[in-house]
Amino acid sequence: MNNILLHPVWGPLVLIGVFAAASILGYMIIKKVPSLLHTPLMSGMNALSGITVLGALIAGATSSNMIPSLILALAAAALAMVNVAGGFAVTHKMLRMFSKKDKEDAQE
Amino acid sequence: MNPILFYILSAVLSGLVLFGLSMQSKVKSAVSGNLVCVGVMCFAILLTLVNANAVFNWKLWAAMAVGAVISLIWAKKVKMIEMPQTVALLNGIGGLASALVGSIELVSSNSTVFADITAALALVIGAVTFSGSLVAALKLARIFDSRPSKLPGHSTISILLLALCLIGVALAAFGFRIASLIICTVCALLFGWLFALRVGGADMPVAISLLNSLSGVAGALAGMATANVLLVAVSGIVGSSGLLLTQIMCRAMNRRLMDILLGKTVAIGKTAEKQTDITAESSVKITVPEEEPIEQSPAFSLKNAKNIIIVPGYGMALSQAQHKVKELCSRLEANGASVRFAIHPVAGRMPGHMNVLLAEADIDYEQLYELESINDDFKGCDVVIVVGANDVMNPAAREAEGTPIYGMPILNVDEAPEVIICNYDLRPGYAGVENPLYSRSQGLRLLLGDAKESLEILIGEL
Repeated sequence: MNNILLHPVWGPLVLIGVFAAASILGYMIIKKVPSLLHTPLMSGMNALSGITVLGALIAGATSSNMIPSLILALAAAALAMVNVAGGFAVTHKMLRMFSKKDKEDAQE
Repeated sequence: MNPILFYILSAVLSGLVLFGLSMQSKVKSAVSGNLVCVGVMCFAILLTLVNANAVFNWKLWAAMAVGAVISLIWAKKVKMIEMPQTVALLNGIGGLASALVGSIELVSSNSTVFADITAALALVIGAVTFSGSLVAALKLARIFDSRPSKLPGHSTISILLLALCLIGVALAAFGFRIASLIICTVCALLFGWLFALRVGGADMPVAISLLNSLSGVAGALAGMATANVLLVAVSGIVGSSGLLLTQIMCRAMNRRLMDILLGKTVAIGKTAEKQTDITAESSVKITVPEEEPIEQSPAFSLKNAKNIIIVPGYGMALSQAQHKVKELCSRLEANGASVRFAIHPVAGRMPGHMNVLLAEADIDYEQLYELESINDDFKGCDVVIVVGANDVMNPAAREAEGTPIYGMPILNVDEAPEVIICNYDLRPGYAGVENPLYSRSQGLRLLLGDAKESLEILIGEL
């Protein structure tokens, strides 16, 4: 696969650039979240940090003939999914609590 | 899959994450915003599996299912009061996952120098996040003593461990993979442990935010090691969010991040001596309100009050008094009073802690006001009810130069004509600074003891 990310010079540059761009954009958008919603924001971020499951999947898919690596990869995938599912569920629970009244109003 | 198509899809998904997060800045759209992020996550997992030709790899699916099922059961059971430690623990697990990905990439032989370095860094930062969050969670769950604990030579050991971590990363760059793996894992775990051990209770919001940011950085590094743009982009967003919260928390406490990291929690030496004098003095004054005529019970002023502000603090969380607060609030409103809540950004143990507890008790979020928007109204209100808050309304922050809280933005509770304080005792709060409000001679009622019981008395008298 002719993948630019595996290029010895361009790969790192692109990856670091993407990191910087995402951080700056994220910073600008998250700045608008009011302190009222900071706890759900944090648990939502916990869930998003479970995106590391992608790394675990890649590692697991490529290391299927190396048993120790495979076990580590599967453990990482399971742990990351704890983050993803748990984080989103907890966030959902909290956000629903905040908007409970709005829903009741809508139903009336 | 064609790499170009993969990049385009990654960019779209990252954009959708940002869109979902922007929806989370309004209460009304926040639930949908969260669901957008859930959708992105599912699609990202599928995309990655397709890209790695592993859609039918049942082991991967099984591992993911195990993690998801366990955490969904856990999330269903978790109570709002346990939210700070839940957030900390989840954060730690995310760090551990990134550390594992880093270690796998580190030992795999067919990688570039850049991949080796980023893998080692992901391992280090992930491990620090894991052990740091674990200690933070144990402290928040009050299994560990929440006071900052300092070992002999704490700073020296920390710096030494950090240096060893860097050496471990350097070893990875020169191809000594196994040595790097061992040094990085051990030193980073110890460093994270020592780091969180030194952070005290009220500094927890800062520590959690910072660890949140680190878990993002660890993920991004794991993404660089596995050359996955999507992982790098989303983790970058997580990292910046944590950093932003850290900044907000530091500003709200008027603390420098470095002071908290170095455990300069309270200037114990001089201030402690001064405080003992003040305590002796103030204990005399405190008795004054109790000597007032009995017919002027706290409820008397509440009955006639039209404009009431409630200030909640960590004490409310400790005694789980939020439902009693709601009951009191409903009573007062039935009396024709307007009730508002003044919420200090660092009240409690994590960003937004008070808001979550009050929302749990069915208090309308439109009644919750931030420091800046309500601070000028304390003058004009009739009564302020303080429920388990101390440092966030300590007027010493304005006057007492040299104390740890000097310069910290506070709620102007002292400007109110009438203050009812439902605190456990009159000891100084976390910052260790005596609160001059307690010795005020007029317009002060003290209901000491468990906040829940104090509120019950108030409700009973109404």
